Amino acid sequence: MSGLRMFRIAAWAAVAVLAGLLIGFGGLLPGTGLPEPVETGTARVGGPFELSSHKGDTVDNAKLAGKPYLVFFGFTHCPDICPTTLYELTDLMADLGPASDRITPLFITVDPERDTQSVLAEYMTAFDGRIIALRGDKAATDAAVKAFAAHYRKVPTDDGGYTMDHTAGVILMDGEGRFAGTLDLHEPRETVLAKLRRLADA
Amino acid sequence: MFRRTAAALAALIALMAPSVAHEFKAGMIEIGHPWSRPTPPSAPVASGYMTLTNSGAEADRLVEISSPLSERAEIHRSAIESGVASMRPVEGLPLEPGTTVDFAAEKLHVMFIGPERQLKDGERFPATLVFEKAGAVEVEFVVQRRADEAAPEDHSGHGGSN
Repeated sequence: MSGLRMFRIAAWAAVAVLAGLLIGFGGLLPGTGLPEPVETGTARVGGPFELSSHKGDTVDNAKLAGKPYLVFFGFTHCPDICPTTLYELTDLMADLGPASDRITPLFITVDPERDTQSVLAEYMTAFDGRIIALRGDKAATDAAVKAFAAHYRKVPTDDGGYTMDHTAGVILMDGEGRFAGTLDLHEPRETVLAKLRRLADA
Repeated sequence: MFRRTAAALAALIALMAPSVAHEFKAGMIEIGHPWSRPTPPSAPVASGYMTLTNSGAEADRLVEISSPLSERAEIHRSAIESGVASMRPVEGLPLEPGTTVDFAAEKLHVMFIGPERQLKDGERFPATLVFEKAGAVEVEFVVQRRADEAAPEDHSGHGGSN
């Protein structure tokens, strides 16, 4: 067997192994090529984060300590769940009466690329003035998502744009900065209001 | 010109007789109460909901929606799985004979992309729905805050459309 022939066999064998590996991994890893979801790996809620509000103030976990707050994730290119949640929270804040002053609702965008401070500032004028929209760069957004054991993922669309998958629930945090449950806005209104009153008085 | 007059007339009739059922028809497809939510200022998208009843014997599909309100309109389906909300386009919405597709109940919505203005409570805007078999039909979306604000005689909405 000539040296050249041996080299050829070895080269083809290497190609076969490499192809096998690629095919194997392609099958093993669903969604290869898509951005991976941001996983926190733990259900523990709480952790440092620092974002800026739609009014330009810095809001971080230290600043929020001592007062109960609500957190939900969304983005303005979301026609359905996000504005509905914001309108619901606006109504709830009105129905809560004086207790509402002890609660700060936070709307954290998972799409800071399109949700600039000026977009958010205009967008938020439609809702209760106590609801604060927050944004940060990719790293700051990831940190906030992690702090609330949430998820988000950028999903490309056929038209070259993208949409965002994101944690849907409203997270309740008590005055000690501890996780105090979640709010399901499909629950009876009285249940939702009772949860919020309990949070305000905690 | 005629279209504008017709639209003005339709709006006038709607104002004078708010109890008139808000319904449209394309062949055997009935379009019940198309409605949309008010949008915050500078919102890049607006939503739309309706019911589509196929009372014919043949299956049909809603293949296209357009409106002078926005650059584009698409049909999307939302889902919440393991607490994570997602939204995906639906290419051609199947309408089986003898069935009703209720957008709100089935987590479907029309997404009007790039609306030219902010939508305010009580406003109306036109849109064209194109069905594969039943063809095109002009409808009007009513802007309202809640799903259960359907016309008073619209009994289809009763029983928990919250």
